[in-house]
Order: sequence, then C-alpha cells, then structure tokens
Amino acid sequence: MPSSGAAPGDVLTAEHVLEYTYTRSVGPVIGRFFTGLREQRIEGIRARDGRVICPPTEYDPATGEQLDDWVPVADAGEITSWTWVAEPRPEHPLAEPFAWALIRLDGSDTAMLHAVGARAPDAVRTGARVRARWRAERRGHITDIECFEVVE
Amino acid sequence: MSEAAAPESVTMMDAPIRLTYSYTPGVAQSEFLRALTERRILGQRCSTCEQVYVPPRGMCARDGIALEGTFELPDTGVVSGFCIVNIPFAGQAVECPYVSASITFDGADIPIFHLVQEIDPAAVHVGMRVQAVWSEEPQPSMQTIRYFRPLEAADA
Repeated sequence: MPSSGAAPGDVLTAEHVLEYTYTRSVGPVIGRFFTGLREQRIEGIRARDGRVICPPTEYDPATGEQLDDWVPVADAGEITSWTWVAEPRPEHPLAEPFAWALIRLDGSDTAMLHAVGARAPDAVRTGARVRARWRAERRGHITDIECFEVVE
Repeated sequence: MSEAAAPESVTMMDAPIRLTYSYTPGVAQSEFLRALTERRILGQRCSTCEQVYVPPRGMCARDGIALEGTFELPDTGVVSGFCIVNIPFAGQAVECPYVSASITFDGADIPIFHLVQEIDPAAVHVGMRVQAVWSEEPQPSMQTIRYFRPLEAADA
C-alpha cells in the first residue's frame, strides 16, 4: 500500500482498506421476509407456542422444529429498548445522528432491531410508537425500511 | 441484487465487509520510505550480531535491542528467491506471467520482496544480480522502486 502524508513527528501513516465483497445466501425464511419487504409487507412466523416471531426464524427457538406458519405483521409498533448514536459511521443506515432500537411491531411478540430517525435523543423513549419509513426503491433487504420514525 | 419489480423471491444479499486501517510503518521505516523519494536505500546494522536490516526496523529481531542511525546502501542486489506468478487474481497490478522475487540489497542481510522485469521470467535465477528501476514520481512508498532489472555484470 502506498504511504502518504505525515503524522505528528516523523512517522508516516497510510490508509489501508481491506474489503471482502461477500454475497450471502439468505435461506428460505429470510428470503421470503426480504421478498415481502420489497413489496412493502412485513411478515412474521408463528412459533409452536403461538408467539409470532419477527423477523422470522427458520426453526422454533424452543423446540427446534421447522416453522412455516406465516403471519402478516404491521409496519408500525413500539420501541422496547434503544440507544443513541451521536456520531454515525459510514456503514450506518443514516448519515445524521439516530437511535438503534428494538421495535416490537404490532402483531409480533418479539422485537426487531432497526434504526429510528429522530432529531435528538429526547425525541426517543421506550414505549414510543414508531412507523416504518419505506424506501421508494426497494431491493429485498432490511434497508428497504430506511428507518422508523416516532409517531405521536 | 434483485430489481424492485422482479417477481422472483430474494435468495441472496450483499454482505460486504470493509475494514479501514490507518497503518504506520514506524519511525525507522518512515525514514527509509522518505529516503526512497531521493533514490536512496537506507539500512541499519545491529551492533551485536552485525546483521544489516533493509528496510531498517529500529530494532534487531535477533538480539532485541534498539538500533539507531542509518547508512546508505547501493540500489543493486541479488535475487535470493523468486516465484513466477501465472495465476491472475483480483487486484493484480501486473500482467501474468511475472516474477515476484526476494531481493537482497548489496550489503544487506535481509531481503525485500519486489518485481523483476525486463527479462523473460524463465531466465530469472537465484543469484542473479539486479538493480532498482526508479519511478519518475517519487513517493514515500516501495512503489517508488518500480521493479528490478537484470544487471549485465556477472552473477553473484
């Protein structure tokens, strides 16, 4: 890698980027979940004990049985936990400060991790109602939901 | 990635991993890299074992002592090992086949790795004498030496 620029003193520094362009197979369940997101739909899956899991899992978390009982879930729900990201990194979903939040969507019994766009941390709280902000151009990925927004 | 209107189910996702490092070569090698911009090769000699390090490392790996001061070596050396690369890979800078060699500068005990060009790869051999071919755009980088070319003088 080429070196460039000088650090304090006499020591050189250079940026060195290591990148792996992986493509992952998502499997049948996340594949269907992503396909739904592309169509602006969110689906969960019913576990053997009746709870709805969203994002869906391929197997029952308690018994390990294969799951196939799909359930529509709303694109709005409630924040169950969150943390504020004051300085987003380049890989983060939003360029401006935002919250990572666990969001239990209406119709689901489990929470999903996603970003909540908010102007400041005092606009976010546990129990707050949020709704998905969908991308206009969707490709079948979790980022088809740009983020969630607090709704009053 | 699937198009928005495509009817097929999603089966794959892009999952790139990108790691951005800030790399420092340290004090001794910074001096070495800067000297390259003036077409000078710097080394360091261990006061205990007398090994000459090129590039200088600021310490002796054998004796574990700090080394101070550098001295200049010629830009000629000997091929002490080599590999003919025939298989292309992503990010390759040179066309196959090419020779990647271990080159020990005259007066040094530690080889560096660099390209050997201006010669049929099949003619490269251990002991072959070579000289650095310098870039017209010097930077504090090993790429300031573009490659090594064979010296017409007798082999070592």
